[in-house]
Amino acid sequence: MKKLLEIKNLSAGYDNNIVLENISMEVFSGDFIGVIGPNGGGKTTLIKTILGLIKPVSGEMNLFISKTNIGYLPQVNQIDKRFPITVIDVVRSGKANSALFSSFHKNTEEKEKAESLLAEMGISAIRNKPIGELSGGQMQRVFLCRALMNQPELLVLDEPSTYVDNNFEGELYLKLKELNEQMAIILISHDVGTISFFVKTIACVNRSLHHHPSNIITEEQLTSYNCPLQIITHGNIPHTVLKLHDEHDHHGHNH
Amino acid sequence: MDTIIELFSYDFFVNAFIASLLAAISCGIVGTYIVSRRIVFISGGITHASFGGIGMGYYLGINPLLGAGIFAILSGMGIQLFSSKGKVREDSSIAIWWSLGMAIGIIFVYMTPGYAPNLMSYLFGSILTVSSGEIWLMLALAIVIILFFTFFYRTILYISFDEDFARTSNLPVNLFNYLLMILISLTIVLNIRVVGIILILSLLTIPQATANVLTREFGRMMVYSVGFAFLASFIGLLISYFADIPSGATIIFTQVILFGLVKLIRMLSTSRK
Repeated sequence: MKKLLEIKNLSAGYDNNIVLENISMEVFSGDFIGVIGPNGGGKTTLIKTILGLIKPVSGEMNLFISKTNIGYLPQVNQIDKRFPITVIDVVRSGKANSALFSSFHKNTEEKEKAESLLAEMGISAIRNKPIGELSGGQMQRVFLCRALMNQPELLVLDEPSTYVDNNFEGELYLKLKELNEQMAIILISHDVGTISFFVKTIACVNRSLHHHPSNIITEEQLTSYNCPLQIITHGNIPHTVLKLHDEHDHHGHNH
Repeated sequence: MDTIIELFSYDFFVNAFIASLLAAISCGIVGTYIVSRRIVFISGGITHASFGGIGMGYYLGINPLLGAGIFAILSGMGIQLFSSKGKVREDSSIAIWWSLGMAIGIIFVYMTPGYAPNLMSYLFGSILTVSSGEIWLMLALAIVIILFFTFFYRTILYISFDEDFARTSNLPVNLFNYLLMILISLTIVLNIRVVGIILILSLLTIPQATANVLTREFGRMMVYSVGFAFLASFIGLLISYFADIPSGATIIFTQVILFGLVKLIRMLSTSRK
């Protein structure tokens, strides 16, 4: 197992507002970490710190792979959906480090890679559509393609299941499970119930960070991690129902 | 038609024609970047701040456009610096530079002894009096812009679309933000003579809105914008000449009519399907 990154006693935030305080974490190849926590608890700040978009206020953040070897899927609402850009160009932007002067390169390899990713996700037909015309599910597929363009060693996804229908959500998580055989994944979600079925470990982020060593987490643990969460469950998607701390009562109701 | 051809035998008209073509190139391309990136308000700030330089030019007896150029670039940088380092809200930062420039301009124009010649042409534009020197500068700018946007098309596209992602891909985001800010400033300043400070924002936004009706692809939008900007400028120029009304205002009026027509045609053709 290769260590991809480590965070040591790190604090981060915006201006004078500390969002993450004294957190430590390690990510290894093969990891599939679900990051959960309340809104405003620092999930996105954690990701932005890992991506180098935010400089930590104190502590260390060491990356053992190249920054361009991290695939990143941002929250959909961070994207300007009216921007005049087509699907294929969004995907190609995933290999942007070859973009400088790219007008004069053939870039055949890059184009083929983009096409094959689109085909893999089953969205070749929309390759020339402007992104503003896509459905939520199509949009997430496009951004997943972009994140995969550079054959990342680490894939970071910020709430990929927002604005998508339940069918695609299930499909997406199965796809991620498959991708996890080739790369480590960090997945942010507010939806503990669903992701706990797919991820290997869970990290609770709420100003502090607790990396829980398994994908089953009890409400008791959540409380002790200071991670107040609503547990939502959906129809068709398989999910692990969290063990309740008062399991006896629970059984009592069933009988 | 013969009278139009006859017009081309006049130097001032040929100059105006070339100026409208060059203005269409620089404003069409740079405007697409501005609109796509939603920095229209920043551009408005830079435009008005440049009036400070025009006033200073009058007072010091140097070319007002040189003063405007310096003010435009400084305010562009200032807006970026204020909001990124000074922790001032970006819209407030824009308003500060916007009004500061106007204030400085008014004070300098007031202090300049005697009458400030051509002041109205800077405020409202006067394409028929554009000088050959200014045409050469506009030509140089158009060439620089075409080369820059062709060479770095994808870099500009990716940074504009998703700045954070571009940073994670190690693209030189800050460098390009500053370079593009300089190009915006120069585009504004060198086109002030065409439509004037008050109206220049329209050359950077209306042809783009018209183009956006027909395409939602960055590169195409640039080309269409140049086309629409030129078409409306030329028609506006003719109308202003024959009706003897101000050229800048007529050009902008024509831009809006053209936008309305394209939008209408588009709506009718999609509803018929």
